[in-house]
Amino acid sequence: MIKFNVKNKDHILLIGFIIVVALAPVIFAPIGAGYPDLLQKFAIFGIFAIGFNILFGLTGYLSFGHAAFLGVGSYTAVWTFKLLTMNVIPALILSTLFAGLFALVIGFIVLRRSGIYFSILTLAFAQMSYNLAYSVLTPITNGETGLQLALHDARVLDGVFGVTRGEGLPSTTLFGMAMSGWSGYYFCGVVLIIMFYISLRIFRSPFGMMLRAVKSNQNRMSYTGLNTRPYTLAAFVISGMYAGLAGGLMAITDPLAGAERMQWTASGEVVLMTILGGTGTLLGPVIGAGVIKYFENIFSSFNEGILMDAFSFLPEMLQHAVVSITGLFVGEGWHLTLGALFMVIVIFLPGGLMEGIARIGNVTRRWLKPKPVATTEADAAASE
Amino acid sequence: MSILSVKNVNKQFGGLKALHEVNLEIEAGTVHAIIGPNGAGKSTLLNCFVGRLNPDTGSVNFDGVSLLGMLPHQINQVGVSRVFQTPEIFGDLTLAENVMIPAFARRDGAFRINAWRQVEDEQSIRENAMHLLEDVGLADSADNVANQLSRGDKRRLELAMCLVQQPKLLLLDEPTAGMARADTNNTIDLLKKIAERGITMVIIEHDMHVVFSLAQKISVLAQGTVIAEGLPNEIKGHPKVQEAYLGGAHL
Repeated sequence: MIKFNVKNKDHILLIGFIIVVALAPVIFAPIGAGYPDLLQKFAIFGIFAIGFNILFGLTGYLSFGHAAFLGVGSYTAVWTFKLLTMNVIPALILSTLFAGLFALVIGFIVLRRSGIYFSILTLAFAQMSYNLAYSVLTPITNGETGLQLALHDARVLDGVFGVTRGEGLPSTTLFGMAMSGWSGYYFCGVVLIIMFYISLRIFRSPFGMMLRAVKSNQNRMSYTGLNTRPYTLAAFVISGMYAGLAGGLMAITDPLAGAERMQWTASGEVVLMTILGGTGTLLGPVIGAGVIKYFENIFSSFNEGILMDAFSFLPEMLQHAVVSITGLFVGEGWHLTLGALFMVIVIFLPGGLMEGIARIGNVTRRWLKPKPVATTEADAAASE
Repeated sequence: MSILSVKNVNKQFGGLKALHEVNLEIEAGTVHAIIGPNGAGKSTLLNCFVGRLNPDTGSVNFDGVSLLGMLPHQINQVGVSRVFQTPEIFGDLTLAENVMIPAFARRDGAFRINAWRQVEDEQSIRENAMHLLEDVGLADSADNVANQLSRGDKRRLELAMCLVQQPKLLLLDEPTAGMARADTNNTIDLLKKIAERGITMVIIEHDMHVVFSLAQKISVLAQGTVIAEGLPNEIKGHPKVQEAYLGGAHL
């Protein structure tokens, strides 16, 4: 008999996760999301949110400035494309490392405070980074235009390895394989699986337990002989590196880095994703990221024509009324739907969508549970 | 041999002299109670042992090491554990996790990124924790969340968390405060068992029943000074103590 312990459950979760990533084009096709650009966004923001959840979900430190690390990752990746090579691997490694370094410096300062003061400090730092990217740091960030590839870029490594220069702007590659369309999505998907697995390991490790202890009772931790500051800093840096990696992946899709990626709305978005999906759960942040990106891309593309078609079965008078009301929630108004959804979830499911899934699971388990009488009959039949 | 030695400790808060020339020697392997009326400076003194407060002058030496200027986690790492007046536990975590965390702290030190190994691979830590939970009678609910426990059980859990670290000195700040009589008696029994293992304990307590059932030596603190010190019998009849602490009434 298979022993159903934590490890087995985790293996099932991981295998399920890999299957969903692999079959995403088929699974998401019926809801109109089965195309590479959107799926790639799901994966990239999934990574961003998984990393954010390691900080917020485990230690309870709510950062409002994680987009800064996303931006650092993007800038680093584009600079790597310009200076070294169009191969994506060095770009990803460097963007993760640079974001980690940046997080180390910022974390060292902001983790002197906790609670709301910590949140405000992270927000201030991110806005500072955003404004610097727009103004003083223009030589590095190319200000408002954003950092772009150019024909005369050095690309030293590409030169050394004899990659031929084409006529137009080069595109990102993985050892010669172009990173666009489906290959781009599957590359991001593989990175997502790896990052999900790392997060799973962290959650189940003694280190993860310490991070949950930080959230639970820091006072007890100190009197138990544990230095809390390095633990929070480590969580901050790890989540910063996840954000940097996500930023790097964004630059792979589209080798252009702009300062708006660091804006506070982008920081707020990852907070929403994590809470919507389920703070402190393994899968929640990825689901939250998917839901928000889906709304952003699909709901915003609905227009009056599509609605008219959808409600064409109604009498004409009613059709116009329904369309004019629902029209508020789609197209430009997709934020309204998202806001309403967010409110409903926070009020009725404080544990996010994952709590909803768990509740449905419990109900079905109760339904499927065989009645005691039936079991004894089965036992009797078996013994005969 | 004295394991904790406090010499001429003074502590002032604004105009208030909380501690005045306090001298105290705690013998290894004994249970030492510190009693005194409210505001006598008992908790202030305890906080000087654990790094929460620093005395203005004087010295606090533990096992030959000066504790002055050390942070709480550093003091714990040299072998001092404490329980709080209101039990301080990891409420959102399971009982087993609550006891495993101090065990990790003892094994891995104040900070270590142990992120790739899984908790379930740490068998010896888990077994050790379960053993301690059995000792305090909480093994059955090892996988429950600690917040659900009663006050008395939280105290038991906190004691298990301290004991798993095999402390050289265990500090208890009113271990039975706010407890029902039955819980108090259970806690006394548990503390007696711990004392039998030879762990040095310092108890701050109001409840005379608790003090006289446990303590081998008693120091009486009043207005920031030690006014009497001795065996329980000597303290019971000490005229100065009765005057300061018991308001002249006989026990």
